[in-house]
Amino acid sequence: MSTILLKGGRIIDPSQSIDKVTNLFIENNKISSITDEEPSSHIVIDASGKVVCPGFIDMHVHLREPGREDKEDLKHGVQAAVWGAFTTICTMANTDQPIDNEASVSFIKYKAKSLNLAKVEPICAVTKGLNGEELTNFYLTSQAGAVAFSDDGKSIMDSNLMLKALQYSRLVDKRIISHAEDSNLTRDGIVNEGEISLLTGLKGIPSVAEEIIVIRDILLAGYAKSKLHIAHVTTSGSVDLIKWGKKKGIDVTCEVTPHHLILTDEQLTTYDARFKVNPPLRAKKDAESLIQAINDGVIDVIASDHAPHTIDEKEDEIHLAPFGIVGLETVFGLLNKYLVEPKKVALNKIIQLLTSNPAKVLNMDDRGSLKPGSTADVVVLDTEAKWIVDTSKFKSKCRVSPYSNFDMKGRVVTVIIDGGLKMNMLATKVNKDAIIEEIHLNDWS
Amino acid sequence: MKNLIEIKTLSKDDITGLIDLTSKVKANPSKYSDQSAFKDKLVFSMFSEPSTRTKLSFQLAAKRLGASVVDVSKVGSSSEKGESLRDMIKTIESLKAHVVIIRDKASGTAQYVARKTNLKVVNAGDGMNEHPTQALLDIFTIYQVFHNYTGLKIAIVGDILHSRVAHSNMFLHEKLGNKVILCGPPTLVPELYKDLFKNVEISYDFDSFLPKVDVVMMLRIQTERQSEVNFPSFREFARLYSLTKERMGLLKKDAIVMHPGPVNRDVEITAPALEDEHSVVLAQVGNGLFLRMAVLYSLLK
Repeated sequence: MSTILLKGGRIIDPSQSIDKVTNLFIENNKISSITDEEPSSHIVIDASGKVVCPGFIDMHVHLREPGREDKEDLKHGVQAAVWGAFTTICTMANTDQPIDNEASVSFIKYKAKSLNLAKVEPICAVTKGLNGEELTNFYLTSQAGAVAFSDDGKSIMDSNLMLKALQYSRLVDKRIISHAEDSNLTRDGIVNEGEISLLTGLKGIPSVAEEIIVIRDILLAGYAKSKLHIAHVTTSGSVDLIKWGKKKGIDVTCEVTPHHLILTDEQLTTYDARFKVNPPLRAKKDAESLIQAINDGVIDVIASDHAPHTIDEKEDEIHLAPFGIVGLETVFGLLNKYLVEPKKVALNKIIQLLTSNPAKVLNMDDRGSLKPGSTADVVVLDTEAKWIVDTSKFKSKCRVSPYSNFDMKGRVVTVIIDGGLKMNMLATKVNKDAIIEEIHLNDWS
Repeated sequence: MKNLIEIKTLSKDDITGLIDLTSKVKANPSKYSDQSAFKDKLVFSMFSEPSTRTKLSFQLAAKRLGASVVDVSKVGSSSEKGESLRDMIKTIESLKAHVVIIRDKASGTAQYVARKTNLKVVNAGDGMNEHPTQALLDIFTIYQVFHNYTGLKIAIVGDILHSRVAHSNMFLHEKLGNKVILCGPPTLVPELYKDLFKNVEISYDFDSFLPKVDVVMMLRIQTERQSEVNFPSFREFARLYSLTKERMGLLKKDAIVMHPGPVNRDVEITAPALEDEHSVVLAQVGNGLFLRMAVLYSLLK
């Protein structure tokens, strides 16, 4: 295996509170050292002026395989991940058929492995067929590689079943991820309930529909002494409830998506289905309180909730179009441009929520860190690079996005996964005895 | 005028301009009839929700002006075979239509059609969003009675949340400077309307404001949009919010009562009240024709 030296970059590793300009040495698929020395290596990459950090972990993506490969598949999904600086992505179970047994969990793992790009970790359904009635085999699917359990896409409305799921999950020490939505309160809803739903005549999805399940599941997790993760938090009320749960010592973590931080429901006044997403884009005050919650440490993780659909579907009438925003390739450019540049959130904080925090939430001890001995999943970011979103250039199969023509700042320039160089746009010196396992991807331009 | 999709995006001058033009059409209909310039103009009416007066009124208005009218209704067209709206409007566009008048059960449909085609679009009611020609014919009717369209006090009563008629009227009266009192049960009259419209008050008590208003607009209970339980029974609703002969007695002498139709008799309004001298319901229907002639004239000329 080759050794790699990333030279002279600004190394940001929130897991060790490191932020300094120095060198990173990779040996035998592992992080060897952060050092001012220059150990001789097969590959030397000049990272000066760039940020070197652990590869991002996205714990919430939909890759639609098996079943809806017209929207997205594993092959395009892992490419999109690499071009978004993600070295690990976790796929949700709501494919057609759902990932609810050992065979389908194994299918995702092995197929993704053969693609040899971003690592894909399957999240298994909590209930068989996502029907909210019968638990899946948590132990057997964990053995097959499931990293967490979720019926994402809907809530388990039966509180007793949710309690049993939380209690039983202690057996496998895996987190239950809750999609918090009381379906009785959201029926036929399209947009956030509030001024915009009244102004557009579109049926509302009230904040309370999310919050009622957030507090229910926090109380159940506290009662069961289990690990709970709340997916895609969107309201200021949810933030308060999660803050309360954490203060009580309940093991609740949560994530927020870039679109709920950066976009608001005002985008829906033109009935443009590209902005139709569930949970819906909320009011400005909600987005502001989510940003505050990041800085307060209430939000643990940023996840894309990459939810691809075909252009045809997303250009339909808003009440017919499916919910979902594609996200893997725009996460960093958006966050860096719209949160870091205006000094709303520090760069190191953003990186923490994309690396060490998701690793901790999912018990991935050897990822999300540049500690010696950690898996060599490393990315280099050009935080100054300016670009404009051109959906036709997406690696994802999905070529329709609300961010079309958005100004972006910051992009990934080098991706190393398990010590292998998967993508690199920096000046590089390669010794002749280096074994380079490189996948050639298209250029940005 | 390119389109008539929503009152919320019209200016005050757009609205008063249409009122003035409607006055001219009504005063001298023959002057606006059989326009030779319109004989090659093609108007499509596309109603995917039941309608009597709006559809008839638009079709008649187009015919009076001298344009050709083609009706594409949901039943009997290929939408029964599952053809999507976007394919249907592309078909209409390729037949060289000039104007499409559209009614749909979904909010935003008229905007969607305007975005996807170069056709001129008239919104004849989209879901719970707006019904602009209804609000315009309402204000024209008010103007004919009061010779004024500003400084009035208007009550809108019933199912405000689901009513596109109420919404268009609320936007219109905000622009024209009329006070609006919204009345109905809290489930159908969200408090948030007070934040959205600076001219709006909310009351749950029908009798309390009746002696003070110039106009009472009764709304139809939208039985087809009550996907949930918003009130316990029609019996209780009628007791609280039905305009009865007794309640009519509380009105100012020159106050008028309006209803966009169709009426659920004895639910929101009782039969004697409907035929009372305060009622201008039939004048509304008549004015609808002149208003829609004015709208189509502005689009076709």
